[in-house]
Amino acid sequence: MKKRSFIEAFAAVPHLVWMLLFIAAPLIFVIYFAFTDTYGNFTFDNITMLQSYAQIFLLSVCFALIATVICLVIAYPLAYCILLMPRKTQKLLVVIVMLPMWISLLIRTYSLMALMDNGGLINSLLEIIGLPKMKLIGTSGAVILGMVYDFLPYMVLPIYSGMSKLDFRCIEAARDLGCNGIQTVFRVVLPLTTPGIISGITMVFVPSISTFYISQKLGGGSFDLIGDTIERQFQNVGTYNIGAAISLVMMILILISVAIMNKFTDDDEGVL
Amino acid sequence: MSGKIIELKNISKSFSSDQPVLNDISLYIRDKEFITLLGPSGCGKTTTLRIIGGFETPDSGEVFFEGKKINDLPPYKRQVNTVFQRYALFPHLNVFENIAFGLRLKKVSEPEIVRRVHEMLELVNLRGFEKRNVNSLSGGQQQRVAIARALINEPKVLLLDEPLGALDLKLRKDMQNELKALHERVGLTFIYVTHDQEEALSMSDTVVVMADGKIQQIGTPTEIYNEPVNAFVADFIGESNILDGIMIADKTAKFAGHTFACVDSGFQPNEAVDIVVRPEDVDIVPVENGMLSGIVTSVTFKGVHWEIIVDIQGFKWMVQTTDYCAPDSVIGLYIEPDAIHVMKKSEYSDMFGDYSTFSDEFDELSVANPASEEEQENDKE
Repeated sequence: MKKRSFIEAFAAVPHLVWMLLFIAAPLIFVIYFAFTDTYGNFTFDNITMLQSYAQIFLLSVCFALIATVICLVIAYPLAYCILLMPRKTQKLLVVIVMLPMWISLLIRTYSLMALMDNGGLINSLLEIIGLPKMKLIGTSGAVILGMVYDFLPYMVLPIYSGMSKLDFRCIEAARDLGCNGIQTVFRVVLPLTTPGIISGITMVFVPSISTFYISQKLGGGSFDLIGDTIERQFQNVGTYNIGAAISLVMMILILISVAIMNKFTDDDEGVL
Repeated sequence: MSGKIIELKNISKSFSSDQPVLNDISLYIRDKEFITLLGPSGCGKTTTLRIIGGFETPDSGEVFFEGKKINDLPPYKRQVNTVFQRYALFPHLNVFENIAFGLRLKKVSEPEIVRRVHEMLELVNLRGFEKRNVNSLSGGQQQRVAIARALINEPKVLLLDEPLGALDLKLRKDMQNELKALHERVGLTFIYVTHDQEEALSMSDTVVVMADGKIQQIGTPTEIYNEPVNAFVADFIGESNILDGIMIADKTAKFAGHTFACVDSGFQPNEAVDIVVRPEDVDIVPVENGMLSGIVTSVTFKGVHWEIIVDIQGFKWMVQTTDYCAPDSVIGLYIEPDAIHVMKKSEYSDMFGDYSTFSDEFDELSVANPASEEEQENDKE
């Protein structure tokens, strides 16, 4: 490698400072708090205490998994349909998919609340046509719907971009060699779009498992997810250390799951 | 040759309303023959192949396979397999699985699959490549995998869409021979699409020359070369000097200000015709012995021969000769009666003519194809 000039080295400085301040430093704090008590003494107590949070962890993972699967089931056919459209329509549809991402997550979640509240739009409509009101807010369905609604674009976009790189002649070759429509999808299209699916899953699963806002607003307080728990620890004085410990464990869990998923794509490396 | 296996009747196809890609094509293909659809890009040859493969539906006309109409039959139900342009191998499968793909769909038993894939690898000289990633293969090897993948399904017809287009010149030559040998060994009908006239001539039993969505001529390679039906075919296949002439009587034609004896007959007296003289059929003689005489304007060394451009009364002739002629020298030309080919006038009559605008650069522009460089090299040989 050639020696880097002074200017080249200097150009990296702002990025390094940024990374140190906003990525490395917080991480070090999290680790520090996770292994100390309120007086700053080293301890494993925070980590061992986490056993009592096992159920919350499990519930969060379940919710995030369900939301991710639903997103995948909706996003994959959607991306395929977009791809079948003429080029101009494709661009428009991608913008429409992206549109909600331009609006703050908080506002989107609030608007879902407005729809699903006891006095919200859906229940008002039900009343008008003479049906009994439904309890929507505070159900697990509402929380999962919130996750799906908020994170769906993150699933559609990577799958769509993976699909658009698909060699159309491979599909023709599959049909030529005896695949009907469904076989073509399962034997050629799906395997060739796996990397897009994996990154979509990662991009939906990770925010879903750590969300606190959605479960608070749409769960009506009946669901305590891991994100909520962490938030609470940091809002209370003196529980920083527990919060940090939960965060650390969750980070490690996410890292492991991302690593496992990347394994799938590593096998195909050099293919796409 | 045996009976017809595929027949196209009055096929028309257009992708946009203004310009038809195929304009009333009728063609039959005999069982077990090697037939080539030849033409410049945009002539409709690939569309014709895709209609046979089932990837396009004709707007009008009928496609018959062994006497049965198959217009609406999807590709996976046709007894036809395709070797695609740039192969379209499945990147997520290794060589073995690529070739086994069709058999797996037919639920063939595992030992049978293993046996037949090995048989195919043997056939295309790729023994030991089973576990290889298809992207690690060279162009020629990928091409063989594509052929094996198609042939393992035991199709009655193999469609090849410019399969050698992505290969370099040397490999193309080898693969031409291999494909020809393969055709003889497997005894199938091969339908081959190419824009490379040399490839078409050297491999095919029958050549179909296409231009502007129409079939210009169907014939054996020698018929196509020696008896082109119009100026387009004469110009596209090999090099030719195409001149305006008049058929004075049977076996007598007048062109370039001279009356020649020829071997063609059956024209009206004094009918205007197109005359084709191949550059290699012109003999260079001393001026006093020549039927025509002219001045040499350029000389190019082509290896086997010299290619010289001779200006005769303003018309630039191309002559290929093994004897060097200096530029600006005056030479005589002698043309044997059987070197003169007379064609009826056609819509292409005035589009091709002398070599005054001829240059390699011009050739490249007019071909507008990624393989144009290789094509030129082919032409030079």
